[in-house]
Amino acid sequence: MSRETIVTALLVLGLLAAPFAAQAMGEPFYITLATRIAILALAATGLNIALGLGGLVSFGHAAFFGIGGYAAGILATHAFNGEPLLLGLPGTNQMIVIWIAGAVIAGIVAMLIGLISLRTSGVYFIMITLAFAQMIYYFAISWPAYGGEDGLSIYVRNAFPGANTLVPMSFFLISFALLAAGLVLFALIRDSRFGAALQAGRQNETRLAAVGIVPFRIRLAAFVVSAMMTAVAGALFADLNRFVSPSMFSWHMSGELIVLIILGGVGRLAGPLAGAIVYVLFEFALGGITEHWQLFLGLILLGVVLFARGGVMGMLAGRARHG
Amino acid sequence: MAEPILEIRNLKKSFGALKATDGVSLDLRPGEIHALIGPNGAGKSTLIHQIAGSLKPDSGEIRFAGRDVKPLDVAARARLGMGRTFQVSSLAPEFSALRNVMLAVQAREGSSFRFFRPVMRDASLTEPARAALARVGLSDRADVPAAELSHGERRQLEIAIALALGARAFLLDEPMAGMGPEGSQALTGFLDGLRREAPILLIEHDMDAVFALADRISVLVYGRIIATGTVDEIRNHPDVREAYLGEGA
Ligand SMILES: Nc1ncnc2c1ncn2[C@@H]1O[C@H](COP(=O)(O)OP(=O)(O)OP(=O)(O)O)[C@@H](O)[C@H]1O
Ligand SMILES: [Mg+2]
Repeated sequence: MSRETIVTALLVLGLLAAPFAAQAMGEPFYITLATRIAILALAATGLNIALGLGGLVSFGHAAFFGIGGYAAGILATHAFNGEPLLLGLPGTNQMIVIWIAGAVIAGIVAMLIGLISLRTSGVYFIMITLAFAQMIYYFAISWPAYGGEDGLSIYVRNAFPGANTLVPMSFFLISFALLAAGLVLFALIRDSRFGAALQAGRQNETRLAAVGIVPFRIRLAAFVVSAMMTAVAGALFADLNRFVSPSMFSWHMSGELIVLIILGGVGRLAGPLAGAIVYVLFEFALGGITEHWQLFLGLILLGVVLFARGGVMGMLAGRARHG
Repeated sequence: MAEPILEIRNLKKSFGALKATDGVSLDLRPGEIHALIGPNGAGKSTLIHQIAGSLKPDSGEIRFAGRDVKPLDVAARARLGMGRTFQVSSLAPEFSALRNVMLAVQAREGSSFRFFRPVMRDASLTEPARAALARVGLSDRADVPAAELSHGERRQLEIAIALALGARAFLLDEPMAGMGPEGSQALTGFLDGLRREAPILLIEHDMDAVFALADRISVLVYGRIIATGTVDEIRNHPDVREAYLGEGA
């Protein structure tokens, strides 16, 4: 077993164990903290497909995170008040249906954004993805039917078959299971033919084309899959807070997802998880002391970029190797 | 005579006022090595770029395997069977030599839209890739990242990739450059046999290799082909001696 595998397993098992330890110690608040880590890690793992494997620095993934969140909020609202949605469809409070709806809508939106933005690269790609996300952000703000600027409350956390989702441990386990599934999917994609083409395109797109593979198609598919995973995390995030607001669409959110990946290790399986652990613990530990905790985070980030390119995973598991 | 696999007619390409390709016509027939020689800046690489699709000609025809390839992009032309190597090696630097070749095997096999099976455990990818590496003598470097290979090894790797593509024609842009004398000699021997698999358009400054290998030679000067002929015809061609080979030739 490689060191990377061991570190990854320890991080995943550590996250799973933490809420049980918290419960045993009578500190249930930490269960919520662990849930937050799992959800942010899932969102960033989605982005890690585009950014880490494909080198596509999307500064607009908040769009997909928010779409997932609003799917949860809107469907739950309609289920609550009994009014039909578009085309007479009913709302729902079933998480599974919400995840699928959020992922599908995010996938369609990502397809449209990708068709345009993936014709560019570098700074232009960053700016176009940002611009699309901002458009959606302003749309959400000016959409009074679903709360506009004030956002939308989810009065009762959505339901999952066989679980009482209001029990923090149950909701943590649901979130953790989705994170685990997301990590498995990431690893499968990374090691597959698709992943080989995607990573080769990041390293040298001329080479990819010269063997007969069109980089654009590979990247578009990666962008869509990436967006869908981030959207599922967005739906969970809405259920965690029982609230959605346009801030889920804001560029801060897009930036936060990128920060998680850089902190943890770009393109590494456990990078987003390691990043989310550092980020959330930092926010928790320093956020209580000073409102300016992000200043310290910024310093850490600067340190990572300057001195530890591989992020937390690079420090714990050494350089990444490609078989 | 057999149909040429590659046919170029009256190709033109200018960069501003510079006519880099100035009415070039040339073909590549089955079984042959057609060498393209010419001084630095003559437009040899520019010609390869247009054949492979990475540069758009201003006018003229390019036919490959019986079809007009001008509407096709680089990837589509590669799938038709153009096995091209670059004057400056172009590889996936973080991938091992083996994985670089596997990418070509995967492209040749068809779809890259397969998401679940790990490539390293897929013998239908690793076996042909190892075989191609063995043919160019890189077997013991299979697991080394392309970025850590020597200059000459990278050129060999590019040829292995073209082999793995199942190329119907090879377009090689100075494959001997930076190889050293032994490397050049080994590669000369290898290319000599390779022409039976698929014809080779060979751009090369190493005249020993060109004279040893070429069935035909075309001489490109300032974007124009000033002569095409056998080794002996070119050696004794007065314009060629003046324009390119210089006094000593
Ligand atoms: N993209 C470009 N834009 C402008 N000029 C170019 C471009 N590519 C090549 N040239 C010019 O076109 C001419 C032909 O270049 P090319 O690289 O084809 O020469 P070459 O025959 O391959 O030379 P060498 O033997 O040095 O590799 C040169 O004068 C070069 O400067
Ligand atoms: Mg050249």
